[in-house]
Amino acid sequence: MTDATEVPLAPRGGLDPVPGDWRRVSTRYVWVDLVGSIISGLLLTAAATVPFWLTQLTWLLLIPAVVLVIAIIVAAFTPRRVRAIGYRLRDDDLLVRRGIMFQRFAAVPYGRMQLVDITRGPLARGLGLAEVKLVTAAAASNITVPGLPMADAEHLRDRLVELAESRRAGL
Amino acid sequence: MTGSETAAATAVDLADGEWHRLHPATPLLRGGFAFVAIAGFVLANLRERILGFFLGGGPADGGGGDPIDLIVRRGLVPLALVVVLVVLIVIIVIFWLSWRVHSFRITDELVEVRSGILMRTSRRGRLDRIQGINISRPLFARLFGAARLDINVAGHDANVQLAYLSGRNADALRRLILQRASGSREAAAAAAQVEHDGSLAGIVTQRAREFVAPELDPQLAPPASVVVMHPGRLLGATVLHDRTVVFVLLVIAAAVLAAAAHMFFVLFGVVPVLLGVGSQIVRQFSRSLRYSIAATPDGVRVGYGLLSTNNDTIPPGRIHSVEIKQPLLWRPADWWEVRVNLASHSDRQEGGRRSSRILPVGSRAEVFKVLELVLPSIVDDGSRARVVAGLARAVSGDGYTGSPRRAVVLRWFSWRRNGFSLEPEAVLLRRGAIWRSLVVVPTARMQSVSLRQGPLLRMLRLADVHVHTVAGPIRATLDDLDAGVAAGFFRDVAAGAIAAAEADRSHRWRDAEARPATRSPEPLTGGTA
Repeated sequence: MTDATEVPLAPRGGLDPVPGDWRRVSTRYVWVDLVGSIISGLLLTAAATVPFWLTQLTWLLLIPAVVLVIAIIVAAFTPRRVRAIGYRLRDDDLLVRRGIMFQRFAAVPYGRMQLVDITRGPLARGLGLAEVKLVTAAAASNITVPGLPMADAEHLRDRLVELAESRRAGL
Repeated sequence: MTGSETAAATAVDLADGEWHRLHPATPLLRGGFAFVAIAGFVLANLRERILGFFLGGGPADGGGGDPIDLIVRRGLVPLALVVVLVVLIVIIVIFWLSWRVHSFRITDELVEVRSGILMRTSRRGRLDRIQGINISRPLFARLFGAARLDINVAGHDANVQLAYLSGRNADALRRLILQRASGSREAAAAAAQVEHDGSLAGIVTQRAREFVAPELDPQLAPPASVVVMHPGRLLGATVLHDRTVVFVLLVIAAAVLAAAAHMFFVLFGVVPVLLGVGSQIVRQFSRSLRYSIAATPDGVRVGYGLLSTNNDTIPPGRIHSVEIKQPLLWRPADWWEVRVNLASHSDRQEGGRRSSRILPVGSRAEVFKVLELVLPSIVDDGSRARVVAGLARAVSGDGYTGSPRRAVVLRWFSWRRNGFSLEPEAVLLRRGAIWRSLVVVPTARMQSVSLRQGPLLRMLRLADVHVHTVAGPIRATLDDLDAGVAAGFFRDVAAGAIAAAEADRSHRWRDAEARPATRSPEPLTGGTA
């Protein structure tokens, strides 16, 4: 968990509501994210050719071309995006941040956590990584910390469960 | 099937922690609609034959392929009768078996229901996680004096359903369960003993009384509803509602297209939609005719329904957010509607659906009466002015922090009104200039908060704040705030949620008052004795 790089987390002009030390996720997670974005990019490109196959209008090939370019850009920014993922355990809540173009910060009080999940995809498992997912009573919360080494993920989960127990509240 | 078997069992007996069975008519009521429909179908098809059989004359001799003619001609009548009899017996045995295995128990900690002949299911809910108890009485069940008790536990379609109970018990049982859930320990003493008259006349008068009474048990009758629904106003509000206006415009458009342009095919697409929307409007109207809302010791009770009645008790602290909004044409009359998000909601459409609309239409004064019931802490001195300001035009110094002027690019009319106010006990989000709305999220109920910014908002130095509340019709989001202000709001809301959650004790809402009462005999400072 000490992939300390000197790149600042906050992009220039972006948000930084809670300045301070963020814990980063493993750089190996870049590979997981990269494979994921390549696969989804190819699938989307393939799906975008459907109008062309249906109509045989050549200019409709522009759609998959644009989709492909966007997918390549998304894939190219993967390392930067993975470096922008951070989390922080504060006294009473967990902060999570993601994204550079589309920034998202979320704060979940420990007492609000209903359960903590660890999920591992096949590729992540190969790299020894896991994802910690928090579930609250609100579906919109959707808070995940991906790309943690397995031991760290288990440690984080146990710590979160322990914190949630000590601050248990109603819904 | 009069329910007299269960009449002896009062609510206290039902809640003693042992397994009990439901109302004997349960399988019939559950399968009720299908049963009546099949019987009706058969009768409608055989109407002429039955009439002919009784009046003599008989039908014209069946030369066609009518299966009954076929049976008669081939002399298979005895066989057919046997088949019908066997089918009936099988149905009755299945009904009886399913009634036998369908049982429930209520202990101090939980309520559990198990059912199913081949597929055994068992469902249990913890009493301190109860989000509300709903008693619904569909028309068919009302004829049997039966009621359905839905105990809503937090979660999607996670209710424990006691269907059906004898109507007398349902109300008493609800009060008992709520008392146990509230953490007060003198529940048993309060259980109501309802007199039961075994004679036929007694049963008939009881049915009639139950049928007209909004509440089954007169002792539990709530104090008068704080909002009286005038039929005239309800009619006016229904007519002026956005949905009705859109509906009428659609009807006119479809009629014009069909008549003037001879585009009759338009009707095929539009008519089903219109039928759906129209029936929804009518249903909403008729449901709301007997609307009532009242405070009870164990929560807010909201009643709905004309023929199939439904009333819902929501214990304190179960309301996760409130939205006060105004369809455009209601503004001259100053009418508002109030909706809530609750942690439990069932997918069932069968009559007993929980309504998120806690006030279908009401004046400003009535909105405050309802708010006093659902969020008492919000409408005390300081915050009351904020709520008033939240329903009005934006003026400077009204306590709301709004969007900056540059947000006009994205919010043409509403950038002035678009704003928030952070009170100790709630977050107030004010939105919309044309369709005004005010969202109130109690900080103690908030799940999490997020701050977002995309490339467009970054160029404008704006950001969105989403307050996460349980799933429901209300989305507590406020878009296009100044980025710095939004970041501060995010920090404050996150801190406020923690403080409020620590102070909150509403999951055992009477614990605080029960504890001094039980402890009073012994000295509070035990060490000194």
